[in-house]
Amino acid sequence: MKVLIPSALRSYTERSKAEASGATLAAVLADLDRNYPGIRFRMIDEQDRIRRHIRIFVNGEQVRELSQPLRATDEVVIVQALSGG
Amino acid sequence: MMARKIRKQANRKQGASSRSRSQRRVVVMVATRKGAWLYHGDAARRTWRADGPHFLGHVISQIMLDPRDRRTLLAAAKTGHLGPTVFRSTDLGRTWKEAAQPPAFAKAPEGQQGRTVDHTFWLTPGHASEPGAWYAGTSPQGLFRSEDGGVTWKPFSSIGDDPQYLKWMGTVQDGTPDGPKLHSIIVDPRDPAHLYFAMSGGGVHESDDGGRTWATLLKGLDVVEGFDKAQPTFHDPHCIRICPSNPDRLYQQNHCGIYRLDRPSDTWVRIGRNMPEPVGDIGFPLVVHPRDADTAWVFPMDGTAVWPRTSPEGRPAVYATRNAGKTWQRLGAGLPAEQAWWTVKRQAMTGDAADPMGLYFGTTSGELWMSRDEGRRWACVARHLPEIYSVEVAEL
Repeated sequence: MKVLIPSALRSYTERSKAEASGATLAAVLADLDRNYPGIRFRMIDEQDRIRRHIRIFVNGEQVRELSQPLRATDEVVIVQALSGG
Repeated sequence: MMARKIRKQANRKQGASSRSRSQRRVVVMVATRKGAWLYHGDAARRTWRADGPHFLGHVISQIMLDPRDRRTLLAAAKTGHLGPTVFRSTDLGRTWKEAAQPPAFAKAPEGQQGRTVDHTFWLTPGHASEPGAWYAGTSPQGLFRSEDGGVTWKPFSSIGDDPQYLKWMGTVQDGTPDGPKLHSIIVDPRDPAHLYFAMSGGGVHESDDGGRTWATLLKGLDVVEGFDKAQPTFHDPHCIRICPSNPDRLYQQNHCGIYRLDRPSDTWVRIGRNMPEPVGDIGFPLVVHPRDADTAWVFPMDGTAVWPRTSPEGRPAVYATRNAGKTWQRLGAGLPAEQAWWTVKRQAMTGDAADPMGLYFGTTSGELWMSRDEGRRWACVARHLPEIYSVEVAEL
């Protein structure tokens, strides 16, 4: 599926869109990390929680759990939010 | 009190090597809230070439050069949005690569909260006999070690799982404004198994067995009035340094004063009582002399009333002792004479190993200052940088 990558993480992907696969959000992020080592830990902490200033949307709806089931046609958007200055 | 080993004195025959040292070029590594800069000095330390920004916009807590190879740099980094990591360079900052496994706590068992590293705060190269070994201190308090030059990191020792230590560490709300920190990781140059670290809050700790067991080292230290000195959680050491020329001597800048410790004693002596009373003995950083264990420098901060943590009366100065804390001398020549309300953080003052020694500090208002004569005269190296978190210097 298509995953939109925020600017803060493009040092890993070198582009704004990446392809990843998996039946859950956790699996998709693991697949992203296989292709772009280190990217997952910048978004997800060691207790498997989405970091404070990262938001993840699936087909426009915010997702808060890594166990969220996904379909191959879903679009995942990762957003950097609420931090600056 | 733990059994103490007899350790050989560090080699004091340093005259010839100090002369050669003074010819070496130095690099000053400045870590800020918005990136990092390297300042390369000429052999006389008169002119400086700025190399940066590195990691523009990243929060860089510290950059440290590996003194064992003089090539490898580690940078402790995060951004406003992204989690913490460590970057490595093996070519003095021309290229950087992220650590494969940055410092992170163990995953908690199902149903338990678990701790999360907010940022790596402190980096200490391992003992000279252990190339590739590094230690890291994090916020909240965690102690980590790398065996491979900073590529992979693992929790070090049992303190992260010890209920007693977790209690002493307190919660994030108990810590300093940027989060509670583990810092001042010190490796005895005579013995890689003899270690110290400090926690803000959580006190000072020592291991004689390579980190397997730890003992508190709190005797003689004051705490804020009304709190119990016997409880490590109420102790707030800001910065501890070991003297390279006499590793049995340590100095400490604490939330509650300046101290000296001469081993094997385990009782800190409050040498800050000898500071001028209007200035006081509150501050963050402390620097020791590479060849004279009686000499140390501090950067006093106003600790009155609401703890402004700015230069007392707006008149910044470094204070030096040349007699192990019996007396202190104000060193402010070249610094602003008035209306300079500076703050210098605990990692933001350091010294090189040249003769005479160079001293360096960076302010939270983004100025980098240095002295080529051990603090007698100061000159500004850089202005208009972001908030400076850390200043380190190394010889190339």
